[in-house]
Amino acid sequence: MDNLLTVTHLKKYFDVPAGHLHAVDDVSFSIKRGETLGVVGESGCGKSTLGRVLLGLHPATSGDIIFEGMDLSTFSKNEMIPIRREMQIIFQDPYASLNPRFTVAQIIEEPLRLHKVCKNAEERRKRVEELMEMVGLPRRAYNLYPHEFDGGRRQRIVIARALAINPQFVVCDEPVSALDVSVQAQILNLMIDLQKQLGLTYLFISHDLSVVKHISDNVVVMYLGQVIEKAPKQALFQTPMHPYTIALLSAIPSVNVREKRQRIILKGELSSPINPGDGCRFAKRCPFAQPECFTRTPEYREMEPEHFVACHRAEEVREGKLKYQTI
Amino acid sequence: MEQNLLEIKNLRVHYVTDTEDVQAVNGVDLHLKKGEVLGLVGETGAGKTTVALSVMQLVPDPPGIILDGEILFKGRNLIYNSDRENQEMRGNGISMIFQDPMTALNPIMTIGQQLAEVVIKHKKLSKKAAMEVAAEMLERVGVTRDRINDYPHQFSGGMKQRAIIAMALLCNPEILIADEPTTALDVTIQAQVLEIIRSLIRENEMSMILITHDLGVVAETCDQVAIMYAGEVVEYGSVWDVYTNPKHPYTRGLFDSIPKMDVDDERLSPIPGLAPNSTALPSGCYFHPRCKYCQERCREQSPAMKGDTHQYKCWLDFE
Repeated sequence: MDNLLTVTHLKKYFDVPAGHLHAVDDVSFSIKRGETLGVVGESGCGKSTLGRVLLGLHPATSGDIIFEGMDLSTFSKNEMIPIRREMQIIFQDPYASLNPRFTVAQIIEEPLRLHKVCKNAEERRKRVEELMEMVGLPRRAYNLYPHEFDGGRRQRIVIARALAINPQFVVCDEPVSALDVSVQAQILNLMIDLQKQLGLTYLFISHDLSVVKHISDNVVVMYLGQVIEKAPKQALFQTPMHPYTIALLSAIPSVNVREKRQRIILKGELSSPINPGDGCRFAKRCPFAQPECFTRTPEYREMEPEHFVACHRAEEVREGKLKYQTI
Repeated sequence: MEQNLLEIKNLRVHYVTDTEDVQAVNGVDLHLKKGEVLGLVGETGAGKTTVALSVMQLVPDPPGIILDGEILFKGRNLIYNSDRENQEMRGNGISMIFQDPMTALNPIMTIGQQLAEVVIKHKKLSKKAAMEVAAEMLERVGVTRDRINDYPHQFSGGMKQRAIIAMALLCNPEILIADEPTTALDVTIQAQVLEIIRSLIRENEMSMILITHDLGVVAETCDQVAIMYAGEVVEYGSVWDVYTNPKHPYTRGLFDSIPKMDVDDERLSPIPGLAPNSTALPSGCYFHPRCKYCQERCREQSPAMKGDTHQYKCWLDFE
């Protein structure tokens, strides 16, 4: 198996006055070369923090990040510099992630300068033009400023900047969430095309499950800092095994009016990620919780090939013995 | 025929400044019956919120100007209302929930004070009685009574949105206008909030205009739907008709652009190009530059709305 990136027992705690905020708590998974791993979860579940820790933008509290066989958690700042050429990030908000005082060309050129990729200005100009064409920006955009573009075109600039230095691995943090649906489809298609063309590996973070389903090969579901389920896309969407995943999937409003779907309405909200303690973190909202669920953290285990679940009662869910009440 | 509670006829709203004339709403006709839920769908800048603000008589003036049209609420044209009549109408007659629950509450007043303020103003109750009404309403939207003295920052996003819904419903309005009420919320919380809105509408026989860009939310909440593009309604009908047989090329394009949960690995077909700039709308049909069926007359003349209960605005006929 050719894994580009493997993380084991990764933790990221933030110190807050009340104790530790467990943003990412004991997360293990790997990403194969050329695949898209989708990360879904609700706000505050730690999905963005996970992406940032992988890139070294936040130092990990503990755990290993193995990228191309190198353990990045032991690397110093200087040692990280060449690694950063291989890893890039696309942010959510194309209105906030572009410097308004730089032209499009200056924005795309910046990583080329920083990493001293091109020999001279002429070569840089050629590379910028090549990148602009690749992401579908018109040539006349070269000397324009970001405010002259709409959200979709800005996101194209962000993508061109991220791909300027030929990274292998791109963390996409809600890249289409700020866009209207017709433009969102344009950007998703572009990202899929670029992945095929350049052999990119994506970690695709989103709260929109239909988008994640569209673009991913494998999907990770996070809840309060932990991975509670990971599976190939088909398995996760057709036979989810964690009660939270089941509820999450049922909560997505569907445009299919021919089929009257059963909806599950979960009670309560996410509890606090500060000093969470033992037990399953979903137990408070889970209608199937037993006394054990509140005291013992469920193991993250492989129930089917490549299908991992952290739930004490996953067998019963798989066999269809536990049924949600629906409305 | 059943009386329309609200009727909007040929509404035109522009935002005019020294340098620009933003044609936000360009001739919109809509109607709402008692107990009906109408979804107003469109992308950023389609004019959805301006329609809502016009009904509430809250279009910022300047630069906003209602150029033409009528807004009839129970047969009375709201455009000619005095400020005082408008204040009376807002809250008691028509109430609005704004998009962002994080900014719609006053951070230095407790939730209870903010709710009670509305009751005192509109119903002339004592402070103590108003607090009681507020507490009851909070419980109805699923926030426990003991949180009434909390400040907004102590509430989560979902709870803030519930508090805002509670505030909008305090005076039993006949129409609720909800502008993207769940856009800022997570899906499981969105499901909770939509369920609360649905049950409150049933219990109070209220009508609602739900503004959203999410076609799924409309499918699960609304009876009627109007699709807006560049300040016009381009398709209008029951949710069933429009969703099972979309006719306007823009509506069809929207459905093709969204990834669907029950279809696998299809390539998305985005609508080419961008929504037009409202300061310089194209000639003829506003959608023609992006339309794959575009013909000569689409470039020159604007089509009229056609059809009976399922209407669409296009020169071509679609089965």
